[in-house]
Amino acid sequence: MGYEKNGNNEDKIEDNVPVVETEAGKCFFERFQIVIPGSLLGKGRFKTGDGCYRENDAFYASVVGLADFREGFIMVVPLEGTYIPKEEDIVIGTVMDTRITSWRVDIRAPYDAILTASNFLEKPFSPVYDDVRDILNVGDVIVSKILSFDRTRDPILIAKGQGLGRLQSGRIIEILPTKVPRVIGKRGSMINLLKRETGCRIVVGQNGRIWISGRSFEDEYLVVQALKKIEREAHTSGLTDRVKDLIRNEKEKKRKESE
Amino acid sequence: MKKKRSVRRVNSVTSSRKEPLESLLRKDGLRLDGRGLDDLRPIRMEVGVLDNADGSAYIEHGRNKIVAAVYGPRELHPKHLALPDKALVRCEYRMATFSVEERKSPAPGRREVELSKVIRESLEPAIFVYKYPRATIDIFIQILQADGGTRCAGVTAAALALADAGVPMRDLVVGCAVGKIEGKVAVDLSDVEDKLGDGDMPIALMPTKKVITLLQCDGNLTPEEFKQALEKGIVACEKIYEMQRDVLIERYSKVRDEVTEEQREEEE
Repeated sequence: MGYEKNGNNEDKIEDNVPVVETEAGKCFFERFQIVIPGSLLGKGRFKTGDGCYRENDAFYASVVGLADFREGFIMVVPLEGTYIPKEEDIVIGTVMDTRITSWRVDIRAPYDAILTASNFLEKPFSPVYDDVRDILNVGDVIVSKILSFDRTRDPILIAKGQGLGRLQSGRIIEILPTKVPRVIGKRGSMINLLKRETGCRIVVGQNGRIWISGRSFEDEYLVVQALKKIEREAHTSGLTDRVKDLIRNEKEKKRKESE
Repeated sequence: MKKKRSVRRVNSVTSSRKEPLESLLRKDGLRLDGRGLDDLRPIRMEVGVLDNADGSAYIEHGRNKIVAAVYGPRELHPKHLALPDKALVRCEYRMATFSVEERKSPAPGRREVELSKVIRESLEPAIFVYKYPRATIDIFIQILQADGGTRCAGVTAAALALADAGVPMRDLVVGCAVGKIEGKVAVDLSDVEDKLGDGDMPIALMPTKKVITLLQCDGNLTPEEFKQALEKGIVACEKIYEMQRDVLIERYSKVRDEVTEEQREEEE
């Protein structure tokens, strides 16, 4: 395949490209370099991680993101993209429609999720006596977990148990789902920082919806500001420290204003 | 089939002239807009111009002005169109009523429906459609101002918008037209050259995969001219690809540079 003459369709490796020799083969990028679809990442016997694909012994990026090499895997951490459901993910969803014994929930994915009454209520549900609309109606927001999903079937949700259920207060903001890992941070460092510094309760859905509930509007607004900063600068290093500075500076400003 | 030369249908570059155009090449051998035969028009691209779309891009290719928007992968309505094994790619190419000299009817015409199909087929090989069964990826291409070669510039913009939406792709797709004016092969035809020239050949390709995804031709080209045109077209596409790559990377490296700049200032 390819239009080059003499069947010479080999990838050209330019002179200014960094070459890193590893056990599995050659990598043609610096760690966390920004790559685009079609960028040659490496040649050899790597394992294919997320955001890249293999052709014979060559590995290419398939999305815009940061290239990385870890434990034999070549991968690209995406910077853009829609949320694709994964089992065990915590997501925040909006009820879109009701059926006789279930709800159709929008989870910002290409597929609508289904929440059955038995996956939400602790007690048995009888469609003869009960109406699902008395329990959850269109527009209600729930924190739920994805119980099952594969490419042939729509995602099934469960919304009973600790930390799951209907949300009745607070506010929700949306960020790009690809930046959620950054909002959580390494072993929850970022999210714990936000909770500690602002005193807000925060629930992060893997689908990029984030629920915030604080004592005052100012506290909640501070979290929103921090989240917007994280979303914008997700691909930079030393982010946790800068977010900490942002929150402390804003708090300082507020204190001086009130004095 | 040689096109008839008519001055009436030609845009402002020539319509201001009183007498009919004698030649598409000036006496010094350059083209009417001062380009050499192998020169591209000035190109400017921007990514992420629309807030409401998942991905978007804007391109100015000469006097063409085009916005492309991508939504998805998202839920497909109506449901009966869903493909069980892969995502459906839908593409809509549309010209604004004010994009051409004489007001274009807003109703989608034969040409727009055809170009939508052609553009879709040139982008689809680059997209990993099997990753999103039953879903859809919607591509919208709006021509705000047209000056020849809109389908190619549209493909270039749509590929940028797809990358901006985070749709997994094998490679970007680049488009560029080649043609024949005054018996010579010329790259990146403008509207006048397209209408009064002897032939026009739009090409779209995946530059790192070296795969051609769109190749159309109208007018008369001998086999030798065709070969020459194809070679020149590939070179032109690769030039545009470099701009495409730079604009995508710059969007993020800019934020990164800002941040390191801030940090350096703080340290000082």
